[in-house]
Amino acid sequence: MSHSVVQPTPASPTPEGGHLLDVRDLHVEFRTGEGVAKVINGVSYHLDAGETLAVLGESGSGKSVTAQAIMGILDTPPAVIRSGQILYQGRDLLKQSEEQRRQVRGKEIAMIFQDALSALNPTFPVGWQIGETLRQREGMSKSDARRRSVELMDLVKIPAAAKRLGDYPHQFSGGMRQRVMIAMALAMNPKVLIADEPTTALDVTVQAQIMDLLADLRRDLNMAMILITHDLGVVAGVADRIAVMYAGRIVEHADVRSLYRAPAHPYTKGLLESIPRMDVRGQQLSTIKGLPPNLMRIPSGCPFHPRCPYVQQVCVDVVPHDLVLGDGRTSACHFAQEVRDDSAR
Amino acid sequence: MTAPASSTKVRGETILSVDNLVKHFPISQGVVFQKQVGAVRAVDGVSFELRRGETLGVVGESGCGKSTLARLLMRLETPTSGRATLEGKDLFSASGSELRRLRRNMQMVMQDPYTSLNPRMTVGDIIGEPFEIHPDAAPKGSRDRRVQELLDVVGLNPEHINRYPHQFSGGQRQRIGIARALALRPEIIVCDEPVSALDVSIQAQVINLLEQLQDEFGLSYIFIAHDLSVVRHIADRVAVMYLGKIVEIGTEDEIYERATHPYTQALLSAVPVPDPEVRNDRTIIRLTGDVPSPADPPSGCRFRTRCWKAQDICATQEPHAVPRAADPHPSACHYAEVRPSLP
Repeated sequence: MSHSVVQPTPASPTPEGGHLLDVRDLHVEFRTGEGVAKVINGVSYHLDAGETLAVLGESGSGKSVTAQAIMGILDTPPAVIRSGQILYQGRDLLKQSEEQRRQVRGKEIAMIFQDALSALNPTFPVGWQIGETLRQREGMSKSDARRRSVELMDLVKIPAAAKRLGDYPHQFSGGMRQRVMIAMALAMNPKVLIADEPTTALDVTVQAQIMDLLADLRRDLNMAMILITHDLGVVAGVADRIAVMYAGRIVEHADVRSLYRAPAHPYTKGLLESIPRMDVRGQQLSTIKGLPPNLMRIPSGCPFHPRCPYVQQVCVDVVPHDLVLGDGRTSACHFAQEVRDDSAR
Repeated sequence: MTAPASSTKVRGETILSVDNLVKHFPISQGVVFQKQVGAVRAVDGVSFELRRGETLGVVGESGCGKSTLARLLMRLETPTSGRATLEGKDLFSASGSELRRLRRNMQMVMQDPYTSLNPRMTVGDIIGEPFEIHPDAAPKGSRDRRVQELLDVVGLNPEHINRYPHQFSGGQRQRIGIARALALRPEIIVCDEPVSALDVSIQAQVINLLEQLQDEFGLSYIFIAHDLSVVRHIADRVAVMYLGKIVEIGTEDEIYERATHPYTQALLSAVPVPDPEVRNDRTIIRLTGDVPSPADPPSGCRFRTRCWKAQDICATQEPHAVPRAADPHPSACHYAEVRPSLP
């Protein structure tokens, strides 16, 4: 891509009303007894109707906290949203009252979690739990809510849905529990579904089933989806775009094909080179040296610099802005173009 | 540190042999008069051999019995029946000093580096604890030096000998677990999901360390994992388990390129490949339903309830893991055949 233009500008502001969901320059910190952990340090990403955005990162990168901020389920305190905007259909969710946010939650943006067993209430039948939203929010009668619950369970392909309505979460297998959670999230026809590590606790064959189901539902119901994961394999299978997070920042943002073909941030490049691949034989695993930073003491300049093979003095001194690469990608690295050219080689 | 292998020990000879190993956990009913009403057949007739210097990968989904197998081999559980011989000595009949000697030769690395280290002990005490049981392995005066050597071998700073586990990250803790397993210079290390709890960037560091230690000390690994990509990377031979049985076993090539058992094929096809270009080229075999309960496994072939090839014979006659016409490695399927163009 020799024609690409590199412009050292921060992520360009998008036209009003352009995106379904638009997170802008979000800063979140956690105030704890030991100090202030800067968990989110200027995250911006957007989501358009009908697309799948993958947010990729390791533990502590801030990928789940961003999602919780969007949902408005962040525990404050200890979390404090320092600044930023979360625009949903042009309205800033962070400026809304708790009641207004409640209207958005579930109805507009819904979320499913990693661990279905602890996200479900063990003391109520699943049918009751799926119907709860409908009774509380839509004012449905018990029998209507039950009918709709069966429909939803059919939708997520739980066999013999009508019979299993009265079963409790522990009577379901891991994959089936995750389906129950998806049914609950879909109860109010949300436009955005946030899936936070939806298959991490599942076996591979079940993982394949759930990812298929999510992809089908997203298409059939024309939802937009944010898929939060650490698994580069899962992302490659379903995502349109991908945002890679490190130490509370988005370090690289690209469409999924160009990112896998030629990552433009040393962290992404390192990640891709450090995963064993089943379809490649005799592979030498390279590693990313060192450890992810302590969020109470994020390194100066580029937070990745202590682990980076491309590090120069400028990386220690200057925080890199998102470099806009020609093909609509950004990378928060002073040497983004070099890295990309190296990767493409 | 010197390798345990002496000149008489040949790489490639059988070091551990497991024959028809069975572990049933009883299910009992009643409070005062307990009676057994059934059994969870966690491991139900497993046989394999481990050769010196090789890595045997054991893969399977949760509940297939792979961790119980590890615990049996470490003699943390007593088998219901079956035999295992370690260098010609019966592992399960050994007791007293002979058992201690055998155990010294076989060590374990656990999955969770957060719960498998005692938070109240220093790293030096944790790694040096095996020397309390085997004082001859390191005389009292030389223990600290030996622990520091081990820390160095696994890539940790030997000066951190007096630190506590919470002062280390997950990957570093796993290195401490590995150093503890190495302390008695064993020949076999059983690794039960050693990298599943680690982040991707740290996982590669630990895998590389395990490979490097194997070269250095001639170790044999039993590497238990659910991640088939990791197993392909590290294993020489692979055993695939389903509901307490080995359904297919062979070299890394035989399993990943020429699998003949439908379950192995389904498992391999479901592994996500980190390459968006192949998204539409791969055909995933979609298994329906869930794994049956190991307390009440299906008759005949245990996989038949989810298998697309199942015929009447599969319900009546149990297929054994024997060489098949399709490929000479053992596969427990009546209709074993190589699936064309695996990913």
